[in-house]
Amino acid sequence: MDYLNNLIFGVYPYLAGGIFLIGSWMRFDSEQYTWKADSSQLMSNKNMRLASNLFHIGIIGIFLGHLVGLLAPFAVWDAISLTSLGKQSIAMYGGGFLGILCLIGGAMLWWRRLTNPRVRAAGRTSDLFILTWIMITLLFGLATTFTTAHHAAQGSADTMMTLAQWAKSIVLFNPQPELVAKTEAVFRWHLFFGMTLFLLFPFTRLVHIWSLPLGYLGRAYQIVRTKRRAPLR
Amino acid sequence: MKVRAQFALVFNLDKCIGCHTCSVTCKNVWTNRKGMEYAWWNNVESKPGIGFPKQWENQDKWKGGWKVENGKLELRGGGRASKLLNIFANPDMPEIDDYYEPFTYNYAHLQSAKLSEATPTARPLSQITGETMDKITWGPNWEDHLAGEFAARAVDKNFDGIQKQMYAEFMNTFQTYLPRMCNHCLNPACVAACPSGSLYKREEDGIVLVDQDKCRSWRMCVSACPYKKIFYNWESGKAEKCIGCYPRVESGMPTLCSESCVGRIRYNGVMLYDADKIAEYAATPDDKDMYQAQMNIFLDPNDPQVVEAARTGGIPESWIEAAQKSPIWKMVMDWRIALPMHPEFRTLPMVWYVPPLSPVQSQIDQGNLPTGPDGVIPLRETMRTPVRYLANLLTAGDEKPVVDALNKLIAMRSYQRSVHVEGKAETAALEAAGLTEQQAKDMYRLLAIADYADRFVIPTNHGETRMEDPGGFQGQNGFSFGNDSAVGISLLSLYPKRRKDTAEPKTQPETADKPYF
Repeated sequence: MDYLNNLIFGVYPYLAGGIFLIGSWMRFDSEQYTWKADSSQLMSNKNMRLASNLFHIGIIGIFLGHLVGLLAPFAVWDAISLTSLGKQSIAMYGGGFLGILCLIGGAMLWWRRLTNPRVRAAGRTSDLFILTWIMITLLFGLATTFTTAHHAAQGSADTMMTLAQWAKSIVLFNPQPELVAKTEAVFRWHLFFGMTLFLLFPFTRLVHIWSLPLGYLGRAYQIVRTKRRAPLR
Repeated sequence: MKVRAQFALVFNLDKCIGCHTCSVTCKNVWTNRKGMEYAWWNNVESKPGIGFPKQWENQDKWKGGWKVENGKLELRGGGRASKLLNIFANPDMPEIDDYYEPFTYNYAHLQSAKLSEATPTARPLSQITGETMDKITWGPNWEDHLAGEFAARAVDKNFDGIQKQMYAEFMNTFQTYLPRMCNHCLNPACVAACPSGSLYKREEDGIVLVDQDKCRSWRMCVSACPYKKIFYNWESGKAEKCIGCYPRVESGMPTLCSESCVGRIRYNGVMLYDADKIAEYAATPDDKDMYQAQMNIFLDPNDPQVVEAARTGGIPESWIEAAQKSPIWKMVMDWRIALPMHPEFRTLPMVWYVPPLSPVQSQIDQGNLPTGPDGVIPLRETMRTPVRYLANLLTAGDEKPVVDALNKLIAMRSYQRSVHVEGKAETAALEAAGLTEQQAKDMYRLLAIADYADRFVIPTNHGETRMEDPGGFQGQNGFSFGNDSAVGISLLSLYPKRRKDTAEPKTQPETADKPYF
């Protein structure tokens, strides 16, 4: 079992991360025409504002929560005197809440994609596939909150701290897959599905995440492009 | 003063016969592709009517164009922050049914149907799902020639401020065609609304384009364009719009819609304007002043100061000459017979319209119209198409410019009639309308004769001023859908492919291996 554990929690993170980064770069470089959010709002607007906003707000919140919760140095928590149990309950309730937002929105989008004939015809298999994958990952994630709640009831935040330590070991290039080996299976399934999401990322419409147009906030409204050389001064 | 050149058009509604040749040529060349079946870069509407897409003119519904807020210009659908907050779902996005569900017919069935008592029929198929459609309920020109009941058509925004019920009666009914395309605005709302900055205006000719590689399908342009002339390609997931036939215009040819117009109603030419004044004039507080504000932005191409500034700004000599000979300048500025469509949207549109007159003329000839003191020009309240309706369409409700333009058209005809029918030039009408004999002759030549060379004064693009090496650039690129510099074809691809299949069934009729008779 060590072999599989080392592969999935010691090597696979780098494989997925590498494909995520290099794949995105390659696609951005060579396939700009396919780089898009691929909205299907034109095909059906029904409940789209509710569903899409719930899904996106939920998933962005969850992503940021994971980023901070897993990777912020332990010193940060000490500095604001947050105990590991306190941090664990924030993760549980905050993550649970955002997870439910995302679940409701995602389920609506999933149902729409499956049952609306126009959306289905305009969409691609990969759209439904990646949404399904996200939903499975999300369901595993939500399932872990119950396991964590069980830990919390026993007054322990060890698993949560172990997972954060594992995540740090990965980003600091000192992979310690043995840390994860002892956690409950539901955590490991969630990790596997989550990491695979990164691996699938460059091959799906998820690439639009890279293009969050924050630059728009500081841009002049009008854009004029010229092909003329600048006039001689 | 920053002089910029703009490729502009005038449509003479007085001569439009509503034949849709413009729409069909455009469709056949540019948008007969998967994902764009529903999109008409050029379409012709029968007015009054709600148009394509439904009620496009109603900005209370679609929130397109600009508004003035505390003296400042702002997108009606919300500014930058609001665009980003609504990026997950655009609250003002039209649905496919607001255009129409694109359809074809099951023609293959006509050939492959089994022998039967009844003639086989070609049933409509959705070009999106490929499913048989029970009934076609809307199309790109559903209201053609005032089809449908008045109540539905009367939702038309241009009826604002008009007691419209009387026009429901057959004897009072009126109709005018409205050919529409992208206005290649001086202050385009689509460009301003694009969070990725993929839309842009070309410095050289002012044509507004979408950078297909940079578009991320945030679809804010679709709702921001008050003319609803940005279309979302549901197959590619990118915004597409009229490209002003730039490959043709660059080589001095008119746009396809203009070239193919059998009524010769379309004029192509160049206008010079002051780009520094866009924000100021577009923010004019009163809607009714917008027409005049847009007139103020144009620069006289015969003014030596303007010519000098244009040269300094790098505008080629041939473009300055074209601006001096521009048919657009004559109609918009000299004679003031062409008006912008819905200037109150504040995008400063660059397709201008000569208001329609035809039903009036025959009434005058038959002596049915009460005329003013000059005995020639009919009173405005007697015109069949309500002046207020045209004013709502063309001048944000200001009736005077519309009446003046119509009067000039009538006077020109009256003068020409006196010359050709009575053999004696009668100038009373011209004087009443404020035209000289020479102007009337020039108008007649441009509007009635409408020679190809007079209608289209298009300077060629100057390749030598391009950033790219003009020699090396030659023959390298053409019209494409992105990745336009890619050379190879990869059969095995991890990336999503474009699907090119159409909705028609693939089944072919059986081969006639034996004679049927």
